[in-house]
Amino acid sequence: MVEIRWHSRAGQGAVTGAKGLGSVVATTGKQVQAYALYGSAKRGAAMNAYNRIDDEPITNQETKMYPDYVFVIDPALAFTDDITKNDKPETQYIITSHLSKEDLIAQIPALQDKVERTHVVDCMQISLDTIGRAMPNTPVLGAFMKVSKMYELDFFLENMKKVLSKFPQKIIDANMEAITRAYNEVK
Amino acid sequence: MAKEFDLNEVEVWDGNYAASQALRQAQIDVVAAYPITPSTPIVEGYGSYVANGYIDGEFVMVESEHAAMSGCIGAAAAGGRVATATSSQGFALMAEVLYQASGMRLPIVLTVVNRALASPLNVRGDHSDMYLGRDSGWIQIDAFNAQEAYDLALCAFKIGENQSVRLPVMMHQDGFTTSHKAQNVYPLKDDVAYKFVGDYVPVDEMLDFTRPVTHGAQTEEDWHYEHKAKQHKALMDSRSVIDEVFAEFKKLTGREYKRVETYMMEDAEVALVLLGSSVESAVLAAKQLREEEGIKVGVVAPRCFRPFPYDLIREALDVPSLKAVCCMDKSAPGGAMGALFNEVSAAAYTTSSRPMITNYIYGLGGRDFAIDEAKRIMKEQKAHVDAGHITTNIQQFSGLRGPKLGFYETRRS
Repeated sequence: MVEIRWHSRAGQGAVTGAKGLGSVVATTGKQVQAYALYGSAKRGAAMNAYNRIDDEPITNQETKMYPDYVFVIDPALAFTDDITKNDKPETQYIITSHLSKEDLIAQIPALQDKVERTHVVDCMQISLDTIGRAMPNTPVLGAFMKVSKMYELDFFLENMKKVLSKFPQKIIDANMEAITRAYNEVK
Repeated sequence: MAKEFDLNEVEVWDGNYAASQALRQAQIDVVAAYPITPSTPIVEGYGSYVANGYIDGEFVMVESEHAAMSGCIGAAAAGGRVATATSSQGFALMAEVLYQASGMRLPIVLTVVNRALASPLNVRGDHSDMYLGRDSGWIQIDAFNAQEAYDLALCAFKIGENQSVRLPVMMHQDGFTTSHKAQNVYPLKDDVAYKFVGDYVPVDEMLDFTRPVTHGAQTEEDWHYEHKAKQHKALMDSRSVIDEVFAEFKKLTGREYKRVETYMMEDAEVALVLLGSSVESAVLAAKQLREEEGIKVGVVAPRCFRPFPYDLIREALDVPSLKAVCCMDKSAPGGAMGALFNEVSAAAYTTSSRPMITNYIYGLGGRDFAIDEAKRIMKEQKAHVDAGHITTNIQQFSGLRGPKLGFYETRRS
């Protein structure tokens, strides 16, 4: 079982990203869950989304999880959210920031004993450059592919294209570029 | 003619989308709806299928849930296949009209996404609305995950529309936990799903002008009682039809449903009885506890809440090894023992083993049901078995903050 917790703001596409990841993974014969903790959330409010991935049908319906991966797709949430909540000794962190890995970790005490497990990528700048607006949800998946080695980049891009097929070609191309850049740039 | 919808062999759908796809495949003639969180996407989905030509039907926007169910009754009496969705306060506002639908024997399908009832206002999932419907004369079927929300929505039409049943059916799923959680769903092709549900066969439809009929008549002490008794008999007799529809569905898909689902009960010493998505977590907890501590735990889950499966609950609990049962109610009991506890206890009283039975209230307003908490409750049942009597209050509250709350002690020793 692989468990992922997303830290996001409502409107940044964490739910769409979690469902997109789930859709790609489901095509490979695995079982997935993608869900979020929201209700009366307003755009901009801090929220969590979640993924579970396993070879067997997933029957765990508990909301809380002990994540293997934590995605922080809003830069400020790395400072204000409890991003290491319920973590494990092997939990990996992928954090969106314009700061270098060293500068970011220096400012977040909770990450200072997790240097090897912390990965930094500027999904905000990447999405601004490629998609044209701050939409960090797809680039973070590129970084995730690099960190987790779950799938080859090309395989993931091909399947992600299918998930995004209802969008105009221009948007799909921009997302592919964003995923590729994040894959290459994550440190 | 409706367009065919392009579906993959495996989709990643949440419970709401799964239910809306089942409604589309059943080719509903009319949806009258007043959307409410968390069931909104079901009727929203139907509206989009109509607008995009995927269904040849009518979406009627109304001013309240009372009007929504009234509209459904009108359309069903006219002779159409009708469905809608609601939750919580909307369900409560529908309550008056629910009794009309069942009394008029109109096989409407209501997809209920279970949500807490105010006050305090709360949008999250518990079973307050499902329990509110339990004397309304509807068949109530409970899905534990998104795949089941799809499967059972298809089954709901076939059950309710059966000529010997002709009763409305509620298909329940848990708010957010199921309705908003995407997972692998294996849908049927449009033609296969429609063929399973079958063409709608109207009975005494008002649009048959050659044969005028009266719907919604008044009866006083002369006939009301006979009508209600007949309605109750139809509900009780629907048990065999539900079994048949589930058997046919299994033949088509390989996916098996029973009016009461049982897990690892063959050798169980203790058991949990509960409803909804928590069943899946409880089964996981039971498997882990068997491995970790060797405690023989089983789980019993009424798939069919109404007609209450007194017969199959009794069968499930009539296991010689079974010594302690905990019934878990996800609805505020309002000054009584939980309703599931009461009904299961009545069924268990007629078994030869008569296990000890306790009651937990849990998960109100969407409070998370943790695997660890499920295990703690299972171990507590084992402690009752080892002591030979119930060692706690008979009714307790799980996952409640603040001082421990409990009521009544056993008189058995």
